[in-house]
Amino acid sequence: MAKTMTEKILGEHAGRDVAPDDFIVAGVDWAYVQDGTGPLTVRQMAELGVERPARPDRCILFIDHASPSPRRELSNDHITLRRFAERTGCILSDVGEGVCHVLATENFISPGELAVGADSHSCTGGALGAFTTGMGSTDIAVAFAFAKTWLRVPQAWKVVVTGRFPRGVYAKDLMLHLIGTVGTEGANYKALEFTGETVAAMPMEDRLTMANIVVECGAKAGLFPSDEVTRGFLEARGRGHRYRPLAADPDAAYERTLSFDVSGLEPTLSCPHQPDNTKTVGEVAGVRVDQVLIGTCTNGRLSDFHIAAQVLRGRKVHPKVRLLLTPGSRQILREGIGDGTFAALVAAGATMTAPGCGACVGVHDGVLGDGEVCVSTQNRNFEGRMGNPKGLIYLASPAVAAATAIEGQIADPRKYL
Amino acid sequence: MPPRKGRAWKFGDGISTDHIAPGRLFHLRSNLPELAKHVLEDARSDFAAQVKAGDFVVAGSNFGQGSSREHAPTIIKLAGVGAVLAKSFARIFFRNGINVGLPLIKCDTDGIAEGDELEVDLAAGQVRNLTRGTTIPFTPLPPVMRNILDEGGLVAHIKKHGGLEI
Repeated sequence: MAKTMTEKILGEHAGRDVAPDDFIVAGVDWAYVQDGTGPLTVRQMAELGVERPARPDRCILFIDHASPSPRRELSNDHITLRRFAERTGCILSDVGEGVCHVLATENFISPGELAVGADSHSCTGGALGAFTTGMGSTDIAVAFAFAKTWLRVPQAWKVVVTGRFPRGVYAKDLMLHLIGTVGTEGANYKALEFTGETVAAMPMEDRLTMANIVVECGAKAGLFPSDEVTRGFLEARGRGHRYRPLAADPDAAYERTLSFDVSGLEPTLSCPHQPDNTKTVGEVAGVRVDQVLIGTCTNGRLSDFHIAAQVLRGRKVHPKVRLLLTPGSRQILREGIGDGTFAALVAAGATMTAPGCGACVGVHDGVLGDGEVCVSTQNRNFEGRMGNPKGLIYLASPAVAAATAIEGQIADPRKYL
Repeated sequence: MPPRKGRAWKFGDGISTDHIAPGRLFHLRSNLPELAKHVLEDARSDFAAQVKAGDFVVAGSNFGQGSSREHAPTIIKLAGVGAVLAKSFARIFFRNGINVGLPLIKCDTDGIAEGDELEVDLAAGQVRNLTRGTTIPFTPLPPVMRNILDEGGLVAHIKKHGGLEI
């Protein structure tokens, strides 16, 4: 029987052939939490009466959401996570290291693996040809305790991407366009499997951006083939030995096939308060903006800051705009310092925050005031997301974000590229 | 589980976990009784203070979209809500609801108005609208999920079976 990537990976982890809608118990290669969900996982481990995870070297605790801590309650949650890691031997990623999904893909997740995280954007690892998905704290407590989880095998959709991205249009624009087409719950419970000539040529950083945001149309996972691009990414991080090629069988059966030709795409934004409320930049250009955020697990990688610097170098951030930069990891921060990217952006008027989630979660580092408008490279724009239900959030690519920071209003980046 | 009776509180489409348990209250996540005092506050400011034990949250499509924060279904349960009825649920919220023992019912909610008296019968797969004299059928949960819910959630399930028993 020809298999999708989803069926191959979940079958290997269940120890039997699987089909869509099967309920399975599967072995888990990686389980992780962050500081918003981890303290509850620790408490649920205690409820379960389990002292120590089955495989502590495969359990990771990331402090990234409120990092460094802005409040004593959160400082105490961080202590809970640090003590748990110390007691159990789990891996701890502390303040300043970066966002869980950026680090999990840089350092841990490999092709063909199954990873579960107590964060909805745990789907990011699909970029590496792994099956990775988000769950709640109790599910991750069980995954910590037994190195297993239960899953319903999702129906898979084939997403075929063809064409060349026009100047000023990126993987982020494609995904916002896809979410606008499918709707925020259009792919609920599905696994999206990306393929096609454009995907084959796509750098890993773009694949990571795309896999990260599939949850915004409801998908359980978003998988890319593991190929030479994957090998290069792993080798550059000293993990070349973890490479294995992986793709769906050519005649695998999909519930649905979606096709996108990117050559006609425009820079695209999601308008308040839903990711599927998409418009092209021409339709919303001119909307006055107070804050711009470039970073997060969606677009906080080095190539994202390179694009921002390409737009902003030698120019100035508008005097009425706060431009915030939040690198996805310490490694990205170091590389961007090393090659002069952050010097150029700070000279243009940007403010840097610690690697982590930054303003995206609404806890710190740029909470919006009443009626304020933010253009952000993050992945969701729900009412209240950035700490204030009276704030308005537009989602966009780093290029749109940078052009907007210059003009103080939503702007088309193509004139600056 | 015997049928439950209560009053309907109506919500719209796309209620997100940011409406239910907002990020601005992140610091209360290790203090769930306090966080529960703000449940759904950013969708309806009158709800948290006035909801009574056994009442129902009745919503449109894609209830619980967004974050994986399990605190969202947990504080709905802590507030005393007997069940959430919606046209559809986001995947992670649905799984979390079952794991924490909060009944979630996918059904047509258009025939329910604010304040209607409802009786929810999980075993029969029926919502009876006592105010309007109508019955709304729903498809029961798949057996794996129903077992976890009936046993009181995932922690109770694991304690009973000593592991995942699906």
